[in-house]
Amino acid sequence: MRKNKSLLLSGPYILWMLAFTLIPLCVVLYYALTDVETGKFTLDNMQQLVQYLPAFWRSILYSLIAAVICLVIGYPVAYYMAHCGPVAQKFLYMLVMLPMCMSFLLRTLAWVGILQDTGIINTLLIKLGFPHEPGEPVINLIRTPGAVILGMVYNYLPYMILPLYSVICKIDNRLVEAAEDLGCNGRKVFSKVILPLSMPGILTGMTMVFVPAVSTFYISNKMGSTETILIGDIIERMFKQGDNANMGAALSLLLMVLVFVCTGIINRFGGDEEGSVIV
Amino acid sequence: MKKVNRLITILIFVFLYIPMLVLIVASFSSGKDITEFEGFTFMRYAEVFRDRSLLGLLGNSLLISILASSIATVFGTVASLGIYSLKPRMRKTVMSLTNIPMTNPDIVTGISLSLLFVFVGSKMLHQRNSLTFWTLLIAHVTFNLPYVILNVMPKLQQMDHSLVEAAMDLGCTPVKSFFRVTIHEIMPGIITGAIMAFTMSLDDFVISYFVTGLDFITLPVEIYNYTKKQMQPKIYAMFTMLFLLIFVLMVVMNLLQLRQDKRRKEAKQ
Repeated sequence: MRKNKSLLLSGPYILWMLAFTLIPLCVVLYYALTDVETGKFTLDNMQQLVQYLPAFWRSILYSLIAAVICLVIGYPVAYYMAHCGPVAQKFLYMLVMLPMCMSFLLRTLAWVGILQDTGIINTLLIKLGFPHEPGEPVINLIRTPGAVILGMVYNYLPYMILPLYSVICKIDNRLVEAAEDLGCNGRKVFSKVILPLSMPGILTGMTMVFVPAVSTFYISNKMGSTETILIGDIIERMFKQGDNANMGAALSLLLMVLVFVCTGIINRFGGDEEGSVIV
Repeated sequence: MKKVNRLITILIFVFLYIPMLVLIVASFSSGKDITEFEGFTFMRYAEVFRDRSLLGLLGNSLLISILASSIATVFGTVASLGIYSLKPRMRKTVMSLTNIPMTNPDIVTGISLSLLFVFVGSKMLHQRNSLTFWTLLIAHVTFNLPYVILNVMPKLQQMDHSLVEAAMDLGCTPVKSFFRVTIHEIMPGIITGAIMAFTMSLDDFVISYFVTGLDFITLPVEIYNYTKKQMQPKIYAMFTMLFLLIFVLMVVMNLLQLRQDKRRKEAKQ
């Protein structure tokens, strides 16, 4: 009776998820292993992956840098939030959530407006009298790796702050007091008590920044140049402009495997902790 | 130390909100570009209401996200009940299936679904247009479901199951005991899941971009098309209005919650 009931209730869901998550991945594999024109089995797409490896490494490098920056600047914010009064906490939490609800396309576009050669920063600098060649910007900000990483940090910072905040909130203050009583100074309390206890939040935050950042195509498209092209851009082009869905499928497959490996490594740092916090 | 943290926090919030400020200022500018503020005008707002295309797109987005999150909430809650009573090993397998859309990059989810729909549509059903409103809805339900499940499951694990047994002993049928007891216990999880699913759906660009056809387009996808071509300043006006709307909604929700907390505290005393 019990068995029948549980299968009756979960069966449709299991079928749905098989049909729309697992089978689609098999279809990706099928496309990756067939030829664009003839539709016959081929390993060509897989062999061609080698030429895209630089873009893969660049994506991983940029998004790891972005994730680390998010951690370094997000931690003090989360820590400060967790130690505010209840009303201030709710309000600050809302302020972190709010950008996540607004179109990330437009917010990225606003950064283009701020950073571009005729943009807000350069116009300001010219008005302040900084020397520049006519027709040239004072400083070159847009279309640099820095701009792409800035875009990633900006867009995914809330995904770092929120899990950190919820973990720091749960740290028992008595542990901090005990450490102080036993003679730890502020720095030692942080490194011996607070930091180890916030590890699950750090890992979740790193993963939640890294995964969307490594696969992004809009940020690098708008803020980057041809030299900062990321794997997401290449995949998007294969599907939307290049009409080579099969090559795109092979690239997506590799991206999926890489993300799987990288998040595995990130979570390894946490030892045998479960490491997943739902925000 | 606290002063340093406060300073960093203020700077980060400035960093988070500067681009939005730029967009809001641009919505009142009569200049064509974000960067040049020429004169103050309400023209952009009038444009949003005069030509109804943007409102229509917003309507499309709302339609898909309300439909998808409602379906996912009901479907996911029912499924959670089933998953909860599965054998541990089976439950673990189903939960890792649930985690696939959460851990996969959006672009991979979008592409895999779009390839599936095209494959089934063109090779098996011989249709010319295999990406429609329905495929978009299926995709949204699929990535919404994990949010509901991952929020409802912990509540099911936390709740006191002797309550359900008591209800059954007192003559409730399983269905009745669900509506009388279980649903009240897991309600906070259902609500959080539904809200998360709705916001994810409303704001989703990447998955929709790959799965959407030509006949049904959502607002984020059309904004993307605009940013590729000539940008239309009326979009900034739309952004500003949505920003204010969401801001007010969030403040109201927070105030209501604070009041509720206060009342609960007073009731306890």
